[in-house]
Amino acid sequence: MSAYEELDATALAESIVRGERTAEETTADALRVIDERNDELFAFVSVDREGALARARALDERRAAGEAPGPLHGVPVALKANMCLAGAEVSCASKILAGYRPPYTATFVQRLIDAGAVPVGMTNMDEFAMGSSSENSAFGVTRNPWDVTRTPGGSSSGSAVAVASGMVPIALGSDTGGSVRQPAAMCGIVGYKPTYGRVSRYGLVAFGSSLDQVSPFARSTRDACRVMEVISGPDELDSTCVDAPPVAAGAGTGALAGLRVGVPPEYFPDDLDADVRACVEAAIEAMRAKGAEIVPVSLPHTDVAIPTYYVVATAEASSNLARYDGVRYGPRAEGDGTLQGMFAATRDAGFGDEVKRRILLGTYVLSSGYHEAWYGRALRVRRLLADEFDVAFQEVDVVACPTAPTAAFSLGEKSADPVAMYLSDTMTVPASLAGLPACSVPCGFVGARDAQLPVGLQVIGRPLADELVLAVARAFEAATDHRRRPPRSAGGAA
Amino acid sequence: MSTAAAGVVSGQTGTRWIPVIGLEVHCQLDTRTKLFCGCEYSFGAEPNTITCPVCTAQPGALPVLNSAALEYAVRAALALNADVAPVSKFDRKNYFYCDLPKGYQISQFDLPYCTGGGIQLASGKFIRLTRIHMEEDAGKAIHDRGDATLVDLNRAGVPLIESVTEADMCSADEAHEYLTALKEIFQYIGVSDCDMEKGSLRCDVNVSVHPEGEPWRTKVEVKNLNSFRNVRASIQYEIARQIEAYETGDPAQYPEQETRLFDVAAGVTRTMRSKEDAHDYRYFPDPDLPLVTVDAVLIERQRGLLPELPVARRARYESELGLSAYDAGVMTAARDVADFFETVVRVGGDPKAAANWIANDVLRALSDPDVAASSILELLVKPNDLAELIALVGDGTVSKNAGREVLDEMLRSGARAKDVVQAMGLEQVQDTSQIDEWCRAALAGREATVADVRAGNLKAIGALMGPVMQASKGSADPQLVRAALLRIIGEEG
Ligand SMILES: [Zn+2]
Repeated sequence: MSAYEELDATALAESIVRGERTAEETTADALRVIDERNDELFAFVSVDREGALARARALDERRAAGEAPGPLHGVPVALKANMCLAGAEVSCASKILAGYRPPYTATFVQRLIDAGAVPVGMTNMDEFAMGSSSENSAFGVTRNPWDVTRTPGGSSSGSAVAVASGMVPIALGSDTGGSVRQPAAMCGIVGYKPTYGRVSRYGLVAFGSSLDQVSPFARSTRDACRVMEVISGPDELDSTCVDAPPVAAGAGTGALAGLRVGVPPEYFPDDLDADVRACVEAAIEAMRAKGAEIVPVSLPHTDVAIPTYYVVATAEASSNLARYDGVRYGPRAEGDGTLQGMFAATRDAGFGDEVKRRILLGTYVLSSGYHEAWYGRALRVRRLLADEFDVAFQEVDVVACPTAPTAAFSLGEKSADPVAMYLSDTMTVPASLAGLPACSVPCGFVGARDAQLPVGLQVIGRPLADELVLAVARAFEAATDHRRRPPRSAGGAA
Repeated sequence: MSTAAAGVVSGQTGTRWIPVIGLEVHCQLDTRTKLFCGCEYSFGAEPNTITCPVCTAQPGALPVLNSAALEYAVRAALALNADVAPVSKFDRKNYFYCDLPKGYQISQFDLPYCTGGGIQLASGKFIRLTRIHMEEDAGKAIHDRGDATLVDLNRAGVPLIESVTEADMCSADEAHEYLTALKEIFQYIGVSDCDMEKGSLRCDVNVSVHPEGEPWRTKVEVKNLNSFRNVRASIQYEIARQIEAYETGDPAQYPEQETRLFDVAAGVTRTMRSKEDAHDYRYFPDPDLPLVTVDAVLIERQRGLLPELPVARRARYESELGLSAYDAGVMTAARDVADFFETVVRVGGDPKAAANWIANDVLRALSDPDVAASSILELLVKPNDLAELIALVGDGTVSKNAGREVLDEMLRSGARAKDVVQAMGLEQVQDTSQIDEWCRAALAGREATVADVRAGNLKAIGALMGPVMQASKGSADPQLVRAALLRIIGEEG
């Protein structure tokens, strides 16, 4: 029997079903690794030890009573701290929601639980998912298991690290502009952002509602497929769900032979990190070697995606975050005693700087007199970006490019320069704006032999081509397999 | 200051002022559940008991449009002959207030579901609707309980339709008539109870005045009028206030574009916020809700549910059933009364008699605590029963007065008219020999009156009828008594 940390979710579930281990033992394993590593890495902001063990025991009992196992039977799972599980602390790593315990459970969380998964805790993140490094968390930074002086990426930092460091085989993050794909790339794991609307957002605390998608982290593409099969599909509680059946689990099997892969030069700019470029070019070459046809495609508006994203996402965020007013939940500051004073004092004390910056930006772009010049124009550019992807997809089956312009950067390196931080999402934001499915899959390493950092290849597909994107990622993984586990103690090379 | 025809108001300076008035009416839809969640609203429930993650704006909760609310809204649009948009959208109206859980209200901004339509007043004047849109209600903030502000979110998320008129009205009377007609229509088609006391109908008015023949002037909005009387009073007050302000001739005192509130106790309007303080609501499309589509099937189904509207019924009651305009108005003021009336007529009740009985006796019974019914539908007397009573009075079996006693008993016990008449012994005596006997007895000793009648003063016969009715203990048919008296006086002359 292999060690807990060696197995992916699919293998773990099968092993439990075969009776080689119990769900309770498996959850205990997860708690053990969390105990060993969380102080150093700070992946979890809270761990529900007793709740998880009780749920695992109940699964073992039901199995013993002859109940058929779900596809994630007994698999420990981590949830980003912006996902609602009744009774759990869902803080969004913000002081304004400190101690908040939702009275309800998100649709996708319930689907995981119904499939036999065992939520073990909530993971750290950039406050309200605004950030790319975990440095905007009100509760502390999460460290990259490959090099603890570096960021794991963000905003779904803790979920990525929980999976990469062996604490749990799978975790959920939310991807608004790259918040799952970018940390997946930087942590050397699989991160999959579905087509917008493929997974219900009911119970995901909103940041940019027209962009947010619940997205799995996994150590294998087959696990990502399995999670997608469980959590995707229409939900009567979210009317932005697309009317499409759940992503089929068999999606993970596909061949690269005959596949037309588009490579856009706009994703390989002059200032792209040279090692990342070499790594991704080698990955594309490997696809060609397996029979894929590599076709140059043009996505000329890629360079305006970032400003467009920061108008659309902040506009929506400024409205989505208006509910944190101290009236119904969360800590309240009294202010000058008036109602408006209470709102202002509560929000001033509760939100961090980056959240305030984005609320101000979003409020500005929706303001009378500026609305059309900013928000209106951003919507038109967004349409343009989607249209140019449509054109590209008439020529090719998928687009392949880097997930992020650099490997994991050092903590503190960009935290003083918001724009530099925003630019680390350059390659993930276009697919978010266009609502496209996109997968980051490990494609190699950069750096010195004793201080390697993972790099991700991003595979983007047309709307609803979730199965194809996952199949291509899986075929690439099978052909190259750059999956490795980070060194047990990454002291930091910097 | 005096009011002339067509809304012209003459000021102190002799200037002829034309008031210009528009209404914005918020009306709660009577759907079982709220606009975007499954909570079942009922007025007067314990605070914060009709709430859920969606309507209390828990993080992560999402709205889902209640299709019944859309259907009700479409029905309202059709009843007002308005155009229903095949595609409309929901927008967020952003502002902070403690009774607004999300920090924004889901409303419709630039693509409302309905445009056009309107209501014709009795004068023939047509009041045009600009638009109707759907939106969710806010909760209630209660400020009068000590230092704290209390918030009740039961009402948060209840569906509203806001109908906005063109500024087509020029007097408080016209505004009142429009509002009455709108309320009647919404009640008739079953989309709202339009009960202002419960807040299910709320009205804002826009008022401006300008000298006849000149361009329109600055308009002032008066908000949150919660009774028909206040709508009328606030318009009258604003017209007078604005004319007075202009007639000072001092531009510094001229009305400003602002929002005012009506102070019910003082009967005046007061500044709530000026134009400079106007909110920037930062409307944008709600990304949580897809576009709203209305297809022909939905429209035709709702059209099929429209009953005959009050104006049409009133006209038909006058032309086909011969009711007076007044009676037709009383019979059609509420749909349940009109339906009751029509059923009485359909099962054979005489229309005029039915209207009289309903207007004078049946509706009055609703305020009788012994009857204990809050609507005509709850009465123990059903249309069949009233028709039977009308027939008994009509054919002389019981007198009109006795009929009232019978109805009282029917209202209390639910017994049928015939049974009550029998049990109470109220059948009129129609036996002519018995009547003749009572008449002869009454004539004895009243020779002077008899002579009077003989001399042609037929009114004097009344003085003879009383003793006869008394002798019969009210059971003699008065028509027969009168005829018998005249015959006997004639024979004996
Ligand atoms: Zn509710």
